[in-house]
Amino acid sequence: MTAGAAEATAVEVVDLATTPLRELNQRLHDLAGGAEGPRRWRVVNPNGAHAVACGLDAEVEVEIEGHVGYYCAGMNQHATVRVHGNAGPGLAENIMSGRVIVDGSASQYAGATGRGGLVVVNGDASSRCGISMKGVDIVVRGSVGHMSAFMAQRGRLVVCGDAGDALGDSLYEARLYVRGAVASLGADCVEKPLRDEHAAELADLLAQAGVEDVRPGEFRRYGSARRLYTFKVDNAAAY
Amino acid sequence: MCGIVGLFAKSAEIEDSLGAHLAAMLAQMCDRGPDSAGIAVYRDPVPDGQTKLTLFSADALQDWDALAAELGMAFGGAPEASVRAGHAVLVVDAEPADADAWVRKAHPELRVMSAGQAIEIYKETGRPDEFVRRYDLADLRGTHALGHTRMATESRVTTEGSHPFSTGHDVCLVHNGSLSNHNRLRERLRREGIEFQTENDTEVAAGYVAWRMREGASLEEALAGCLEDLDGFYTFLVGTIDGFAVLRDPIACKPAVLAETDGWVAMASEWRAIAVLPGAATARMWEPAPAVPYVWERAKVA
Repeated sequence: MTAGAAEATAVEVVDLATTPLRELNQRLHDLAGGAEGPRRWRVVNPNGAHAVACGLDAEVEVEIEGHVGYYCAGMNQHATVRVHGNAGPGLAENIMSGRVIVDGSASQYAGATGRGGLVVVNGDASSRCGISMKGVDIVVRGSVGHMSAFMAQRGRLVVCGDAGDALGDSLYEARLYVRGAVASLGADCVEKPLRDEHAAELADLLAQAGVEDVRPGEFRRYGSARRLYTFKVDNAAAY
Repeated sequence: MCGIVGLFAKSAEIEDSLGAHLAAMLAQMCDRGPDSAGIAVYRDPVPDGQTKLTLFSADALQDWDALAAELGMAFGGAPEASVRAGHAVLVVDAEPADADAWVRKAHPELRVMSAGQAIEIYKETGRPDEFVRRYDLADLRGTHALGHTRMATESRVTTEGSHPFSTGHDVCLVHNGSLSNHNRLRERLRREGIEFQTENDTEVAAGYVAWRMREGASLEEALAGCLEDLDGFYTFLVGTIDGFAVLRDPIACKPAVLAETDGWVAMASEWRAIAVLPGAATARMWEPAPAVPYVWERAKVA
C-alpha cells in the first residue's frame, strides 16, 4: 500500500470524553478548501454534546458513535456525517450540501432551512422536520411530527411512515411525499397526483438514502395549492 | 430556557445512589439555567400521623433546634432538625395540613418548602453546580427525585420563585416553559382552597395538579386535565409519593428526553444529562410525544 492510500483509508479517532469539542470542530474546519489532513474521522463519546461536526466545508466522512445534542452537522457543506445514535434538536440545520445520516431518531426541526444536500433519518423525526427548507432533500425512514415542512420553499421531503398534524402549512414549492397516514394538512397544502416524473425522483431519493424495501408507488404527493402566496407561473423555473 | 432532570429508581442500587446520580444530572444542565437550582427527593417515608416538613430560612444564624423544641411543645414528641445548608427537615407528630399551618402562622419568616410523608425540597438562587456542592446531594438515598435549573422569564429570581414547586402534600412539579393563563387559574384554585405563596406561573401548575389529585383524579388524569386547562408552553415533570410523570404541551417546543433501563427511568431536557447514568449507553431512549402523559408508579413497577 502506498503512503497516499494509507492516508486515504486511515481513520482519525477523536474521543470527546478527553478532547474538547472546539478542538474537534477546529480540526475539521481546518480541512476546508482542500487542505491536507485526514479524510475519515470517527468521534466517540459524544454524550449528547451540542454542535458536533458543525460547519464542515470539506469532503470528509465523520462517523459519530453515540447520541448527539443540539445542532449536529449544522451548515454542512460537502461532508458526510453519520450519527450512530439519536440526534437532538436542529440536526443539519441550514445544510448546504453533503449528507447527514442518522441511524436512530432526530428531534425537532431536522434539516430546517437547508439549502442543499441530503438528510437521512432512519428512525423518526419529530416536529417541524424540514421547516422552511430551501432546497435540501430529506428522507425519513419512520414518521415525522407535527408542523413538518412548514413554509417549505424548495427541495423534497420523503416520509416512509406517517406525518403529524398540519403537514406543509403555508407551503411554497417544496414537494412532499408521504407513504403512511397524514394526520392533517396545513393551510394551502393539498394532495397532488403522483406522476411518472415524481415516481422517478422518489426512486432516486430512496436509492440515495439506502431505502430498499418500499416502492415509489406506495407514496402520495403533497404540494402547495398556491393560494396563500403570490405564485406567478413565469417564475416556476426558479424552483 | 430551563433545565429539567428526574430519576426514578427501579433497583436498590439506584436508590442507594439516587442523590449522587441526580447531582451529576443537574450539573449537566447548569448552562440551561444558571439563575437558580432545586431538587425534590422522595425518601424515608414517615408513618401515617406524622409529617415531614422541609423549611427554608434566609437567616444564616437560624436556630433550628429551638424551632424543633417549639414544634415538640405544639404537637408532642421530640422532633430533631436535619440541616442541609439553608434548609432543615423536621418530622412532626401531626397531619401535614396542621404542621404546615402551624409553621406559617407561628413563623412567617420561614418558608415551608414541602410537607408530606416522603418529600423533601431543597432550592435556592445561584449556580446549579454550586448548589450541588453546598447541599451535599451525593449522600441522599431515595426512591425518586426531580431537579431543575432555572433561567427566569416570568417572575423574579428568588428562592421562592425557584423550582420545584409544591402546593400539595407530597406533590411537586418542575417546568420548562411559560404559562399565559396562570392569573385567572390561580384565582379559581384559591376559591378551591389551594394556597399560593408567589405570583409564579409554575406554582399555579403545581397547584392545579395537587387540586385535581385532591379531588380524586389519578396522576395521569390530573396531567390530562392540564392539556385542557393550562394555556402556554410546558414540559412538566411531576412527582408524587409513589409516582413520576412527564407531560409536554401539544406544540412541544420545549425539549424532553426519556430513557429507561432495568435499573431506572430518567427524564431530562437533553440527553447529556442522562448520559452520566450507569448503563445509559444501552438504555432505551425516546422523545416523549406531545400531549401524552407518561406515568410511572412504584406499585406498578415493584
